[in-house]
Parts: sequence; structure tokens; C-alpha cells
Amino acid sequence: MPKYNFTVNNKQVSVEADADTPLLWVLRDQLNLVGTKYGCGVAQCGACTIHYNGSPVRSCQFPVSAVGTGKVGTIEGLSEKGDHPVQQAWIEMDVAQCGYCQSGQIMAAVALLKKNPKPTDEEIDSTITNICRCGTNVRIRKAIHLAASKGGKL
Amino acid sequence: MSIPSVSRRNFLRVSMIAGGGMLVGFSTLGNDEKQELDGTPFSPNAYIKISPDGTITMMSPNPEIGQGVKTSLVMLIAEEMNVDWQKIRVETAPLDAKYGSQTTGGSGAIRSRYTKLRQAGATARVLLIAAAADTWGVASADCYAENGSVIHRTSGKKLSFGELATKAASMPVPANIPLKDPKEFKIIGTRIKDVDAQAIVTGKPLFGIDTRREGMLFAVVARPPAHGKKLQSFDDSATLKVSGVKKVVQVKSSVAVLATSTWAAIKGRAALKINWEDASKLESTADHEKAFKELLSKPAATPNRNDGDVDAAMSSATKLLDVYYEVPVLSHAQMEPLNFYADVRDGKAELYGPTQVPQNLVATVARELNIPAANISLGLPRQGGGFGRKLRPDNGVEAALISQAAQCPVQVQWTREDDMQNDFYRASGMFRFKAAIKDGNLEAWQQSFACLSNGRSPDTYPAGALKNLRIESHSLPTNIPTGPWRAPTHNVQAFANECFMDEVATELKKDPVALRLELLKKAKEQPVGRLAYEPDKFISVIELVAKISNWGKSSPNTYRGFSTWFSFNSYVAQVVELKMEKGKPKITKVYCAVHCGKVVNLSGAENQVQGAVVDGLGHAMYTKLTFKDGAAVQTNFGPYNFVKMRSTPLDVEVAFVPSEENPTGLGEPGLPPIAPALANALFAATGKRFRKMPFADDIQFA
Repeated sequence: MPKYNFTVNNKQVSVEADADTPLLWVLRDQLNLVGTKYGCGVAQCGACTIHYNGSPVRSCQFPVSAVGTGKVGTIEGLSEKGDHPVQQAWIEMDVAQCGYCQSGQIMAAVALLKKNPKPTDEEIDSTITNICRCGTNVRIRKAIHLAASKGGKL
Repeated sequence: MSIPSVSRRNFLRVSMIAGGGMLVGFSTLGNDEKQELDGTPFSPNAYIKISPDGTITMMSPNPEIGQGVKTSLVMLIAEEMNVDWQKIRVETAPLDAKYGSQTTGGSGAIRSRYTKLRQAGATARVLLIAAAADTWGVASADCYAENGSVIHRTSGKKLSFGELATKAASMPVPANIPLKDPKEFKIIGTRIKDVDAQAIVTGKPLFGIDTRREGMLFAVVARPPAHGKKLQSFDDSATLKVSGVKKVVQVKSSVAVLATSTWAAIKGRAALKINWEDASKLESTADHEKAFKELLSKPAATPNRNDGDVDAAMSSATKLLDVYYEVPVLSHAQMEPLNFYADVRDGKAELYGPTQVPQNLVATVARELNIPAANISLGLPRQGGGFGRKLRPDNGVEAALISQAAQCPVQVQWTREDDMQNDFYRASGMFRFKAAIKDGNLEAWQQSFACLSNGRSPDTYPAGALKNLRIESHSLPTNIPTGPWRAPTHNVQAFANECFMDEVATELKKDPVALRLELLKKAKEQPVGRLAYEPDKFISVIELVAKISNWGKSSPNTYRGFSTWFSFNSYVAQVVELKMEKGKPKITKVYCAVHCGKVVNLSGAENQVQGAVVDGLGHAMYTKLTFKDGAAVQTNFGPYNFVKMRSTPLDVEVAFVPSEENPTGLGEPGLPPIAPALANALFAATGKRFRKMPFADDIQFA
């Protein structure tokens, strides 16, 4: 089985896996980083969203062999104390219901705000395509605006 | 309010924790008495645990599936206890008979536990106060509890709950403990954030799918690919060559592949060579639709309700409305695909995973595995949605059977495709509505419903308001498994009922809000037959939503639809507002008025209603599941088209009718009225009736 060395949350990791193994399962089953969630396996729901060199990527369709020297970031590495402005905004707006999709939503929102620090409703709606089965979408939108309003701290 | 006869034997269980502290809970088992007299020092199965260091742990007895009970149930305890909310730790209780029914469904957790959990908190407070009074040699009446401490009113002396816990556990329990007057509430009725919020936003392992145990294998299961098929034979030789695959076991008509990772199990399953055989008819959606129409062409053998003389009113009508409404099959599609952990060895089973029916699950596992229920433990994680799917225990039972067959701990993981092919679906159905109109009046109403399996229309509004009314149901036998889906039957009936009411209003040239108010006034003043609802509460939500939405005021390019429904003892009225963008409707705002008795957690309650609105809108616009020869055609998100941000209204405003009455259901009631409110708004915008869900089959949304 091939061996892969790469960086997750600024730490070097080394795993043995078949080349076609989606990064999602490597994170969850081998590295015990279970904050990244499985929802569909076909890049439709966004529950498995991670950062790859800072950009949002759906890890269920991203084979471990494609990681190479790129940097992988997961929800566990977003902030040391769980106080990233987007995480704080999520708590402040009391967004979650079941909470299952929210790590993917947060990763997608962080990536959006990095590119576009003050997105409009339309920009949020066209960029955030994750599914929330509980329908917390209204609060997600508000939480993104709240995080954006804190500006520069991202 | 007070509880007349709290007897320690029947209800209350207060005991000391080994090493100090106090434990308060309820024992509903008669045979617990001996244990209690023995002064069992520690049991993890109680609602409140106070340690001498001041840590207060509260157990939430019902599983958290996104309905907010892990927070709101504990608020009930904390309110009466006068504890410092910030210092509470909350855990979901494991399955234990002491907690009574831990089933999560029917919008029932708060409804059924509103008084009991407050009693638990009040008892703790009274005993802590008694312990302080005893310590200081003063009267309990001169002391009060606040923010986690007991204070002596005149001297200002103060002891924390932690300091008092051990002594409190030995104080006698008074027979009559008063509960607070709702006017004194400090926690109930406020906005409290989800107790797991920090863990959720940091990706902590809260869910069943996150279970990782020593020696555990991941399993993926090949189940029959169509309803009506069963396993004939299989060849696992290629599977066993897949790296990481450890075992293959057959369980009933399925084959489980156990491996060291989920991906290896998925690849192993793909390598299985399986022969499936037909066991019964392979059904398709087109056949169902034809059969519904056929059923609705004849009267049902016995109507569910038959007031007055509908046939006479129909034959003397000046105008007859006769229309059909259709609703598709839906998958629950809870965000966390089904999974379950099971370790079955030596006649014992340790189970951990998502379920809405803990008791049923353990009873079924005991029966299927032929081991005593007493040898089975079940832990309950936070769950990634429920919506009724896990009212069936199949995921847990299957995992237990696999672990027993494989003789090792196993985490069974369903793929999304597995979930959609093996659901207990929301049944599809067709309604036929008829109305007789004469001289500008609604004289008769007939509603016939045909659906997969057994769907019986609820006996609700406008029943009671009309002289001539008939409700009937037809069942279509099927081998497609069906089951409850958020607001069962209400979610389809409200759609047909409230769209038809809008059609009647148009025909009568009446305002749809005014027509409802007129009917409810009739139901109140001269009810016909049984009244399943309280007209005044219905009227209160209709009037409130009309007020907050400025109903009746028109503005350019703004189209509105109204609907109202009663379910789980709660009343909801909604207005959908949309605009047309280049001929495509775009929902801009939704207004909701809700009467659900006392609101426990304002933030959580509002979130439930907002979520139900987005859930209901999304399914009405986009979502359906169809069958071809027993197999689901849409097996994953994408083809199973699900609402996203771009279709979400910018705002969903929720207003609650103020009430001090005991809470009624709230996880579900926000959903039924939203689909018809949207359909009625679409009619206002386009002049076209939308009588078949999902509407995106007939109109493109912006």
C-alpha cells in the first residue's frame, strides 16, 4: 500500500492508503479527525468541506494521492481555542440544530470570507452550496454577516 | 403551582454520591424501593448530580436529534433549582428505565416532561435550602437559593450548592414541593444557546458516526438493491482480496463487509458478486399514481368522518370544485447517514448510536439475538437529524446482528445511497377534494386521500366548522416500506387542505384570511360534530400573522400566500412573500405566528420554526423520490434535489402568542403550513395552481 506524507493543520502526518482513498476517510478513519463529516460521498452536500491551501475542497471526492505538498486544514485546526470569528459568530447566532453539517458550513464560510471579507446576501447564496437538512440556512447567512462585520480579525 | 403528592417511593430518588455530593432523580420502578432504603450511594442514572467541588451535571433524558432538547429539557431543571446556568454540564442520559420513555418523536419531549423535570429541580433546591438552614440553625423559610448558592435572608450568610450537596442528600424530602409561578421564571422563556455549541463549531466527536473503539472494524452492508428482492447467493472471494477487508458475514438477506477502514469496506462491498432474486412484485411510482387515481374514483367503504349530508349538498350546488393534489415519496435524508456501533460478545451487547427509539431498539435486539435485555447497554450520542427515520430501530439491530455474527466490535456505516434505498419513506399519496358552493356560500366539503400503506387523514379543521363534511381514506398495499416523516400525514394533508381552502376563497371572492376566520368563528359558536382544536387559539395565530405581515396591504411585485395548520397541539399560521425575477419566483420573506403554550427556549423554539420553514419550502419546491422496479431512482443529493442557500428566504420572522399554558409540540408544527402558503403565493403571482409537489417540476425558481 502506498505511503503518503503531508501536512494537516500544520502538522506532518504519514499514512498508508490506497491511492484512490478519499481524503475524507483518511482524516476520519486513520487520523481520527472526525470533525470532517461524511454526508453524501459525491461532493453534493459539503459536510466534508476542508481547506486545501486555503481553498474549500470537498474531501469525499479528493483522493489522498492528490494531496501532495498542499496544506490541508480541518475544523479541528481552524483555531487553537475554538475562537475563530466564524466559530464565535456561529455560537453567537445559535446556528446549529443537529449540528452535523456545521463544521463543513463553517469551513466553507471561512474560505468565502477570506476571498470576500464583506459578502452580500447574493454572494453568500451563490458561494455557500452546502446542505443543512435542519434548515438553519437563515441563521448561517446571518452568522456569516456577523463574522464579516468583525472585519480584519479573520 | 404545587405537586400534591410527591411520594419518595413513587417518584423521587435522592441519594449521596460516594465521596460526597447529591443526586436527584425519579424512580418510576416499584422494585427500586429496596435499593433506596439501602441508600445506594451512586447511580449515574439521575437527572442532577452535584459534586462537592460545585460541578453540577444534568442529564437530558431524551436523545438530541436537532430538536434542541439537550438544552431545553435541562433548562426546566435549572429554572426551578436556581442554579448558575454557566456552571452546568449536560449529558444525554443512556437508556435506563428510570428515565421513563426516552423515545424522541411526536414533538413530545418537552410536552411530557415539563412538570416532572421542574419537580426534579425544585426538589434539589428545597433540599439544598434545608441543608443550609440546618447548618446555620435557622428556618428554611428565611433562606433562598440564587445562582447556585443558598443565602440567609437576614444575615446574608451564603453557602454554595457544592458545599451543601452531601448534607442535602440526607435531608428528608417534603411531600409537597411547590413549583414556581411562570411569572418568576428567569431561564424558561429566555434565549439560551445550544449547550453543545462550542463542541459543534470545533468538530468534537459528538455523533454516533464518530465512534472509535479498540479493536473495532468498519462495516458496510450490501442490502437488496430493490424492494421486492432478496439474497439468493454470493461470492466473496474477490472481496477478501481487497486490502483492509477482514471478514464477510451474511445477516438475513444482506452481506456485511468488515474492514479496517470505511473505504476498504466500501471497496470490498463493490467486489462482492451477489445474486438477488425476486421475492415479490417490483413496484414503480407510475403504477402507484395510476392506482391512487383508481382508488379515488370510488367512495371509501367507511368514511372517517361524515357530518350532515354531503351528497345532497353536492347535487344542489350551483358550482362544484373537484381537484386532485399529489405528493411524492420522500427520504428522511437526515444529514448523518445511519450508522451504529455494536459489540456483542459472551451473551452481552454494548450498543452506541443514533436512534429515536432506545427502548424499542434494545427490546428488538434482545429478541433477535436471543439475549436478555438486561445484558444490553445502549449509549445515546448527539444525532445528525432524525425527522422520523430512526423511529425504526433497524440500524441498531442490524449492527448487533453483524457484531454477533463476526464476533467483534463493529461500526456499521451506511452510505447515502444505502440510506435512500433502505428508508421507511414518507408515503406518496393523492388527494381528491370536492366543494359544493351555492349562493356564494361553502355548503359542503369532501376530502378523499389515497396513499401508500395506511395513511389516515387527521380529523381537523375545517371539520367542525361546516354542516356537510366527509373525510375518507384509501390505502394502497405496497412492499415499499413507509413510516413517519416530520409531522406525519399533517405534512401532506395541510398542503392539500390549505391549497384547496385558497381555491374556495378565490371561488367565493373572499380574502383567504377572512374566510378562515369566518369558518373558525362558526366552529366556535356552532360546532358541528367533534372539535379537535380550540378555535380561539387558531384565531390568535391567524390574527397575529396577519398583523406582523401587514396582510392586505399590497406593494409592487410582492405576492403573498397564506396558510394555517394545527398539529401536535400547536397552532401555526404562515405568510409566504415572493417576488418575480424575470418570470421566476424568488421567496423573500416568511412570517410565522405560533401558539405552542409556554415557550421554553426562545432561541431554540425560533430555530425550530425557521428550520421547519426552510425544510418545508425546500421539499415543496424541489424534492421527490421515485421508484423504478422497486429501486429508488434518486439515490443521493443532486438527483435528490435539496434546498440550498440560494432558495432560502432572506428572513423568516417568528412570533409567538404569549401564553403561560404548559408547552405543546414544536419540533414539527412549523412544517405543515409552509408548502400550501408557498403554493398560494405562487397562485397570486402566476394565476396558476400548483397541486403537485415538488413545484419545480412545473415552474423554474429564481
